[in-house]
Amino acid sequence: MAKVIVVTSGKGGVGKTTTSAAFAAGLALRGHKTVVIDFDVGLRNLDLVMGCERRVVFDFINVINGDANLNQALIRDKRIDNLYIFPTSQTRDKEALKRDGVDRVMAELKKDFDYIICDSPAGIEHGALTALYHADAAVIVTNPEVSSVRDSDRIIGILASKSRRAEKREKPVEEHLLLTRYSPDRVQKGEMLSVEDVKEILSVPLLGIIPESETVLKASNTGMPVILDPGSPAGRAYEDAVARFVGEQREMRFQLPERRGFLRGWFGRAAS
Amino acid sequence: MSLFDFFFPKRPATASIAKERLQIVLAHERAGRDSPDFLPRLQRELLAVVTKYVAVHEDMIRVNLGKAGSASVLEINIEMPAGAGSKAKAKAVPA
Ligand SMILES: Nc1ncnc2c1ncn2[C@@H]1O[C@H](COP(=O)(O)OP(=O)(O)OP(=O)(O)O)[C@@H](O)[C@H]1O
Ligand SMILES: [Mg+2]
Repeated sequence: MAKVIVVTSGKGGVGKTTTSAAFAAGLALRGHKTVVIDFDVGLRNLDLVMGCERRVVFDFINVINGDANLNQALIRDKRIDNLYIFPTSQTRDKEALKRDGVDRVMAELKKDFDYIICDSPAGIEHGALTALYHADAAVIVTNPEVSSVRDSDRIIGILASKSRRAEKREKPVEEHLLLTRYSPDRVQKGEMLSVEDVKEILSVPLLGIIPESETVLKASNTGMPVILDPGSPAGRAYEDAVARFVGEQREMRFQLPERRGFLRGWFGRAAS
Repeated sequence: MSLFDFFFPKRPATASIAKERLQIVLAHERAGRDSPDFLPRLQRELLAVVTKYVAVHEDMIRVNLGKAGSASVLEINIEMPAGAGSKAKAKAVPA
């Protein structure tokens, strides 16, 4: 049975596309047949982050309009078996994601895939609502920062009232909090909301903490999901999050500042 | 105050201010989200009626939908201005 996962946040620029790419790659690496769909119509970016921008011929909107079929539009990842990318179009028509067309495409994908990952656009408009409508599970990407936390709360409310599961009065959408761009150093200094703070405010189970890391930008520069970079702390954190998502136990890393150097190590120990 | 405190004043950790502000604003927004959408209108109309008799200000009327056991309780709080008698409180249980 296919599982539809929406990666959503309300607020823009918090790491939804980065997370969608990492999750799709992570699930596919575990042997699950996975497709990642770009719902950000008009601002297509998933193709760049996944490194397949030059292979886009047909897109989501073409398939919705019946101008192409799924097999023509799905792009097969060259690095990872079982991984497919479904790019969106750059049309400025925000209503291009027609409800019945999206329903049809989702039904068709569900027959073929284990996981369908929906990379939501920012905001709470048509695109974001369409992206979350079919979700069985939601990864709520949140930065430890006031506006992001507030917008996540808003999205949590929308998942509970506007999703297909809510409309049909089925079991509610499974919610997972993913705290990204986390800086343990700043948390320790009292400059940044802590994991505990955000968990307490949103009361959604924590799926993972992704540290702020320069490697994320480097990965996107080259069009590689950051989870494929074994040297990246963010990549390892995403690996943990995917493992937890499929039910494995993993220790929650990256909560505390890394102890670098002799002095810091010594003081850290002396203080604790 | 020592000279040290003067140059390096202890500021409250900004993260705890952020947490407190978020808890307050979200409590408010969540309550608004769950309430039926006629409440603001009811509040405005009540205000119009009450101001015919007493000089009350907009934020002196509060309309809330709460729960008491299994019943929903529509609670209307009208604060009277000083001199116009003490606080009046009306409760109605909708059918
Ligand atoms: N853990 C991280 N560490 C450092 N930079 C990050 C991290 N996660 C995301 N970023 C950077 O933040 C920026 C926004 O990320 P991304 O595009 O994934 O966000 P988004 O939520 O999809 O944005 P939009 O709302 O515009 O779709 C990118 O430049 C990305 O490289
Ligand atoms: Mg994005």
